[in-house]
Parts: sequence; C-alpha cells; structure tokens
Amino acid sequence: MSVSRTDPRIAAGIIALAAIGILIGGAFAGLGIEAARNPQGAADAFDSYLFRIARFTLWQALLSTLLSVVPAIFVARALARHPAFPGRALILRLFAVPLALPAIVAALGILSLYGRAGYFAEPLAALTGGTWPGIYGLSGILVAHVFFNLPLATRLILEALQTVPADQWRLASQLGMGARSSFRMIDWPAIRAALPGIAGLVFMLCITSFTIVLTLGGGPAATTLEVAIYQALRFDFDPARAVALTLLQIALTAVVVLALMRLGANTTGDANLPVAQRNYIKAKTGEKALNTAIIVVALVFVGGPMLATIVSGLEANLGRLAGEAAVQRATLTSIVLATLSATLATMLALSLVMARRALAGSRTGGEKTLLERFTDTGAGFVLVVPPIVIGAGWFVLVRQSVEVFSLAPFMVVTVNAVMAMPFAVRAVRPAYDAASERHERLCAQLGISGWNRLRLIDWPVLKRPLATAFSFAMALSLGDLGVIALFGSDAVQTLPYLLLARMGSYRTDDAAGLALMLGLLCLALTMLADRLGRETTK
Amino acid sequence: MTSTSAAVRLDHVVFSYSDTMVRFDVTFAPGEITAIMGPSGAGKSTLLNLVAGFEIPREGRVLIGDVDVTIAPPSERPVSMVFQENNLFAHLDVEKNVGLGRSPALRLATADRRDVATALTRVGLAGMEKRLPRELSGGERQRVALARVLVRDRPILLLDEPFASLGPALREDMLDLVASLHAERGMTVLFVTHQPEDARKLAKNMVFVEAGTVAAAGKTADFFTNAGPEAFRHYIGGER
Amino acid sequence: MRSLILSMTSALALATVAFPAAAEGKLTVYTYESFTSEWGPGPQVKKAFEADCACTVDFVSVADGVALLNRVKLEGASTKADIVLGLDTNLTAEAKATGLFAPHGAAGADVKVPGDWKDDTFVPYDYGYFAVVYDTETLKNPPKSLKELVEGNPEEKIAIQDPRTSTPGLGLLLWVKSVYGDKAPEAWAKLKGRVLTVTPGWSEAYGLFTKGEAPMVLSYTTSPAYHMVAENTERYQAASFEEGHYLQIEVAGITTTGAKNPLAEKFMAFMTSPGFQDAVPETNWMLPAGKTDKPLNPAFDKLVKPTKTLIFSADEVAANRKAWVDEWLGVMSK
Repeated sequence: MSVSRTDPRIAAGIIALAAIGILIGGAFAGLGIEAARNPQGAADAFDSYLFRIARFTLWQALLSTLLSVVPAIFVARALARHPAFPGRALILRLFAVPLALPAIVAALGILSLYGRAGYFAEPLAALTGGTWPGIYGLSGILVAHVFFNLPLATRLILEALQTVPADQWRLASQLGMGARSSFRMIDWPAIRAALPGIAGLVFMLCITSFTIVLTLGGGPAATTLEVAIYQALRFDFDPARAVALTLLQIALTAVVVLALMRLGANTTGDANLPVAQRNYIKAKTGEKALNTAIIVVALVFVGGPMLATIVSGLEANLGRLAGEAAVQRATLTSIVLATLSATLATMLALSLVMARRALAGSRTGGEKTLLERFTDTGAGFVLVVPPIVIGAGWFVLVRQSVEVFSLAPFMVVTVNAVMAMPFAVRAVRPAYDAASERHERLCAQLGISGWNRLRLIDWPVLKRPLATAFSFAMALSLGDLGVIALFGSDAVQTLPYLLLARMGSYRTDDAAGLALMLGLLCLALTMLADRLGRETTK
Repeated sequence: MTSTSAAVRLDHVVFSYSDTMVRFDVTFAPGEITAIMGPSGAGKSTLLNLVAGFEIPREGRVLIGDVDVTIAPPSERPVSMVFQENNLFAHLDVEKNVGLGRSPALRLATADRRDVATALTRVGLAGMEKRLPRELSGGERQRVALARVLVRDRPILLLDEPFASLGPALREDMLDLVASLHAERGMTVLFVTHQPEDARKLAKNMVFVEAGTVAAAGKTADFFTNAGPEAFRHYIGGER
Repeated sequence: MRSLILSMTSALALATVAFPAAAEGKLTVYTYESFTSEWGPGPQVKKAFEADCACTVDFVSVADGVALLNRVKLEGASTKADIVLGLDTNLTAEAKATGLFAPHGAAGADVKVPGDWKDDTFVPYDYGYFAVVYDTETLKNPPKSLKELVEGNPEEKIAIQDPRTSTPGLGLLLWVKSVYGDKAPEAWAKLKGRVLTVTPGWSEAYGLFTKGEAPMVLSYTTSPAYHMVAENTERYQAASFEEGHYLQIEVAGITTTGAKNPLAEKFMAFMTSPGFQDAVPETNWMLPAGKTDKPLNPAFDKLVKPTKTLIFSADEVAANRKAWVDEWLGVMSK
C-alpha cells in the first residue's frame, strides 16, 4: 500500500536515526582523530590471539543465545496459555529485574547457588563424586547469560504472542486444536516473525559481555572482543586498535544477525478487531501440568540467584544504608537518569518502529531501501559499540570546546537511551505492526496522521507494549555502569556506581544491601510502568 | 447537505505490485451506483484502492470529476470507503469513531456532535454513541462505518465487499440502507461484491474485472441477459 | 518533542553538576573514587587542607589509577586538574611521557617508602605490598612462599585479577616476573591450575573470596587490617612470602596546569605532612609514606612485614609491560 513519502512517521524515524548516528558517528570521529596520529595499532590488532578470542566470543554468544531463546519460547507460551496462572503478573515483573542488576551482583548471586561454596555445592559434589569444581568456565558464562536473557526473551516473545488476534484463538478452540497443533498453526507464526529480532538482540548482548565472561570464565582463555577493546583503550590507550576491534565486532555481529534474519519470515498476520484475553483456552490437564512445570523451572532458575541476592542483602544494615545521604542521593540520581533514558529510548524506538512500518507500507514489493533496513535491524547494532568507545570518542571530540563534566549526565542519558532502544523496539514493534495492519487505510482515508494519530489511534493500543519497553529500558539504565564509570564525575553517582565503590572499599555487606535496594527499585518502577500501561482510556 | 456527484475516471492506469500487474481504463458514471464484480484476485480491490489513493499508479491518471487526483493522498480525495473489516478503531466508542469523519483530531463542536447523532439515527443506531465496537454486532459495526460516511459527506463512496460477512436478511437491510442513502445524497458509488443479487438490486451499472483489467462494462440489466458478456456469464455460471 | 528531551537533559546537567563559584583559591585534584568516597581519605584531607589554605579543594574522581592517567591523556594540556593523585609507580613513566606533568621542586623530602623510591615529578603519599590473603577458616596451611603458592595443592584455589584490566593483576604479574625472571611462563603454567578465575578487577576477586568461593585472593598485606578494625575479626590474614613482596607506591604529581597555581605546590607539601598522612591508614587501608601524628592502629602491627621488597623501576615496567602481559596471556589462555 502506498503511503505518501511525507508521512511524519518517516520523518520521526529519520530524526531518531540521525540522533543515533550522531552519537555513534561522533564517537568514531573522535577516536578517528586520535587514531590518525598512530594508525599502526589497527594493523597490530590482528594476530592469532585476536582470532582465538573472536572465535570464543562468537561461540559463547551463539550458545548463550540458543540456551536463552529456545527455552524462552516454551516459557512464554506456557505463560500465554495460562493468563490466570497464579502470580503471573509478578513473575513477569520479576523477569525485568535481572537486567537492572550489575553483572557482578548477578554473578555472585549465581555463585551462591552453583559456586564451590554455593547452596548446591554439596548435593552436586555427591552427584559428581569428589569436590564440586564450581561452574567456572564456559558453563558459568552460559548459566549467567541465560539468567539475564531468558527472562528478557520470554517477555519479548510473550509480547509477540499477545498480538495474535483473539479470533484465531477462538478458531483454534473451536476446531479442537490441541496444544501441539495450536502451537504450530497459531503461536509459531507469530513467534517466528519476532524471533530473529529477539535472538539477534540476545546475541548482541552476549557478544559484548564483559564482567560475566571474565569473572565466571575462569581465565583469559575466556575473553571477549569487548575485553580487548577495553584493554586497548584503557591500558594501552591505542584508539586505532580500539576502532579496528570495534569495527570487527560490528562486522562479526552483522554476519550472524543477518543470518538469523534469513531464518525468520517477516510476516505480520492479518489481525482482526479484538485482541482480547484468551479466556476460552481450555488447556488439558496434561498440558496444564507441563506448562506449570515449565514456568516453575524458569522461575526457580531466574528467581534462585535473585533470592540469594535478597538473602545476602538482608544481612546488610539496610536501615543505616537507607538513611545515608549518599544512598538517597544515588537513588534519586538513578531514578531521574533511568526515567529520562527510558523515555528517550521509548521515543526513539517508537519513531523507528513507526518509520519502518510506514516505509514497508510505501514499498510496492521489491527490495527494502537502505533507510528501511536501518530502521529495521540496522539501528540495533548500536548495542555492539562498547560504551567505552562512545564515551572516549566523545570525550576527545568535545574536550576543547565543552566542559566535559557538565556533559556527563547528558552522555549517560543519551548513551543509555540508545543502548536500551533496541529492547524497546522489540517490545513495541509487534503490537505496532499489528495495529497498523488494522488501522493504516482507515487513518489514511480519514486523514488522521502525525500527532493526532499518535494521540488518538496508536497511543491507546500501544500503551501496554510501550510500558514493557519503558520498563526494560529503565531496568537497563538503572543497572548501567559502563557509561557512568567512564564519565564518572562526582556529580552523577548512581546506585550501581555506589555499589561498586563500596565493594571496592571492602564493604561487601553494604554492596549486597545496595544490590537488594537496586532490585527492589527496579521492581517498583516496573510495576509503576505496568500500571500506567494498563490504565484504560475512558 | 447534498454532496455533488462526480464521475470517476481511471485513464490508462497501470499499477504493479510484486509480480502482478493491472491495467484499468474505465469511467464510472456520476451519481450512480456501479457494481464491480469479478473472480477473486482479479484486481477489484486494487481498483478501489487506486481510486481511494491507497495505491499510486505507475502510469496513467486518476480523475475525480475534472480533478486529477493521481498522486493526492487518500484523505485529500473526495472519497469515503467502507472496508469489509476493520472500519472502526476498537478502543474508541461509536461517537468518536463517527466523529473522526468530521475531525481527524477529534475536536468536535456541538454542531458536529449533533450531526454525528443524526447520522447514527439515520443508520438505525440512535443512542448507541457510547458503545465500544466490541459491544456491537457485525452489522452494527458496518452501520457505524456508514454513519461516518454520512458525516464525511464526500461525493464518492467506495464499498469493498462491506456486507460479505453478514447474513442474508442483514445484508438485505444494509443494501436498502445504502440505496436510500444514495437516493438522498446522490453520490457516485463503486460497489465491489461477489453477489449477483446485490448488483441486480442496487447497481444500475456493472463493471466486470478479470485478470487485472476491465473485461466488460455496461448496464447491469444487460449483463444478466443471454446477450451479456461471455466471461461474465461464465463467471456467474460458475458461482451458481 | 526532541527539543523537550534536550532541554530536560540539559536542565538535569545543570542541576546535577554544581559549578563551583570561580572563587580565587581553588585547587582541582583528580583522583580515584575510593579516595573521595565518604570512607576514603578525601573528606578528611579536604577539610584539613581547606582549614589551612583558605581555598576550595575540588576532587574529581574516576574509577582507578589507570582511568586517571587516561583521563588526563584525553584532556591533554587543557586539563582542569592541578594535581593528579593516585597513579602508581607502574604508571609514572607513561605519565611523564605525556609531558603533562611538571617537576615538583622541593616536595617529598620527608617521605619514607621502602627502597627509597624518588622521583623529580611524582611524590609518594602511601604504599602497600601485594599479598595473598587467605581465609583461616578454610585454609589451614597457607603458602609460605611464592614457590609454595605456585606448586601447592591445585584444589586450594586462588582468585586473581587480570593484568590487562587491573592494577593488582599487573602487580602479581610483576611479582612473579621479579621472582622467576625468564622462568615466569613455567611458573604461570603451574599456578594456572590453582587459579579459580581471573576477574576484571580487585572488587570481583575479593567478592568471590569473602563469599567463600576461593580460600585465597590476591590483595594487599593491609587488607586484614580492615577486617580487624572495621569488622573485629582476624579470620582473614595475609600470607608472608619468603621471596619478598611486590611493592606498590601511590604517588601524586602537579600538572602543567597546576604549575601555574601556587596552591598545587602547597598541597604537595601538605600531602606528606600529618594532616594528610593521618587519614591514610584507616581510610585508604595503605601504609603512610610520610610522618603521622597519631600512632597507627595496633591492628597494623599485626600485619605481615615483608622481609624483602620487590619492585621494578618505572622505566622497566613501561618498556616491558606489553611483552610480559602477552607472555602471561600466552600461558593462561591455552
């Protein structure tokens, strides 16, 4: 269907892309200027060690993605089939928390269970004979990555499943479709359309994993490219090498993500009017039991390390912590920064999603334009640009003209927003595309566009997915350390920053208490976002 | 409040999508109802989409009255269209859905609200202003869409199988409604349907579309005689 | 909409970044963040110096010593820093090579650090020795030498740090190098079996250690003092190694910007005086390099006192660091 090129949605998308482009491009420009002074580092970067770590980076990321996304399909479906599952809403909210936990907190939580001194160490030792060696090495990396990404993938897949029109469900129950055939006929097409994007996202997160890989990997054999980039900038201050490695990281990711895209069909089912609760699903007892088991296992896996975090957090003197001015300040800073980042991230995501849809609509068959590709998957690649590269690049670029410290909050907000944007896109896109499928012609006909369309047509339908996007973006920004640490100025101290500072000065109890507070804050903000998203327009 | 009718003309229009191509060269008489029939996939809906502006021709012109609207956006054409489904925004009540026909920003003055109420009464939905689409039957939803057509008051009305999913009695009622609205307003109506009875009952003219082009056009009455176009006889023969 | 965001964020920027009034007598000190945190020496030091100089001290903190050097490099000659405090002796050669530091003149005459480390640009303010800290509850026979650590029971694990990303990690690398010389790769190959994991920074490794994951961790001889003073426990102890311990000296220097600020020189003199030094032991958990007024907490008397001090010169480290790290990587990543 043709839509006029002057569609404001496309303009919004172009603005969003330009903003992202400026952020990334500026960083590369900054580093490029520095790199030009000593370009030798770029060539030196490519040695046999680099080849080894590149291979390991890809390998662990692929495995992590597989182990996160495949189980997530079943968990999401189980949750979709049981809208009245006890505690379902709470489970979904809990699933946003891992993203907000700094990697080291999650790693310690996981080790409380599976480590050498963990709760499971004794039974595991009895099982394997001898002493339990812990999960250091690839297995530890995978467990941690699944802990982070399984909940994420579950929620995103669930978001896609909720765009399946109720009619199809009625049809399925009428035709007496069992669990298996309804999965094949109804769930799978919806999941399949969303899966490449979700898998790509998880893959990118795992590619750039840093602390998890080093801490749980057991030694420098487990090193990712991200570590090499960090090393290049931090210890060797070799911008040429950092830029070369970053480009390599982007290229490798692009290859894998594009391959993933080919596996997925980009089909949006033709959606009908009511997208309603699936009250009429009557799961058989056997399926019910299986789904319950799936949900419980996932909950235990994700909840276990969180519980361990809570337990050690309770040992801290929470009353004193909560009373400290520094903690209160950091909490407030965290909330303000995360809210701003999440707002910006959600707006960027919505602009891109709208533009992509408008561009796809204006295309009469044939190849996608470059612009459409960028609004589609292209923008997601920002995830594999290490924050340290963005930070250092901008630092170099603006140091002559701007007071760098005054830039810190701005950088933290924008970088976090851009990094969270791909998550928000995944959360919003299925719902937007489905709504657009229903509304596109009607809006064109009635001349509803721009602000009117956003306000009257899209906003009411998108509130819930936008809330999901918002809470993801917020969780991510809450837990961020990369950008903060680099621009670290005493003016912008967030909770995770404070947490690491306490850990760095022996105060592990304080750190555990702060981790608990951070998790609770994330949960509270997620609940708030959910509530705002659920309010109906009356 | 009578809309002035205008002819609709597709002048050597060529349009292609993926690997299908359509060519239309046809004129629809002003102020009259023309039925558009043809096998599934022949290009009937594409024809309406070209008139509505949802598709832009690769070649040729689309004229409404004397005005060339070939590249005008849908909302700037003097056209209203009722689709088979999805004519309503599920989250907006009936009054708002109809009111959007008056103001895309939904800023409705008292007079506008009165017009909306009148239109709803006219289509038999008096007092249903605050209902949500999901609380309406399929027939009632299409009536809401027709009420919006009345409020919009455009000289061209495109109907893309709007009653296909309704039962025979309901469809009958709806056809009567369209006929009486047409009698009042005298707009040019292009009516895509699969039902020969619909065409017979409602449409003075008939355009038969096959394989992406207009295979025959003329008076409806002529189509249903033995002298009617062979392709058409073959088509409805197959249908009966 | 976009402009709204811009204005909101810049409003935030203005709100959170306090621009200190451009009062006369302002000294900007770049340091690492554990120095400025409220249990670090920062607050006490600031108070003591400001009481004396009728000026304002502005601390700007980054993650650690390495980040500190990078920050200065990134800012170049336009840096706001008058003083950079918190580099260690492994970084001084590189720091000097930037040309961003000025000689300190007379400061540091009263400084006493092991090996009589002296420099015309940088002045030590504290020092410490790297050490293997162990948990007395889980490790009954701690290693008595680096050799025993290398060759000991591989079931008794140690958590160490990555020399590519952390200062203690580099410290252990240099320690092994100074003891084993050319045989360092073989030593690492043996030690590798005992290494539980290699963390990116000190915090992660120490967190694993206190969590009970490993009975040993690479840290400082002063670490047990924290547990004795703040937690009242002698559970964690440092192992004394026969070969000696590798020394880390923390230093400060005046930048070319600071050379124009008379307060900078004054601060350097203050840094080695009791006003500053008294704060060092129980806030930075390092040993004071200058004279203190207060006696050291008795806990410090119980700490391991190395019989021999190991240290490479700054130039040696600068010249060999990359090759040595690569050598380490070659062994450890097999």
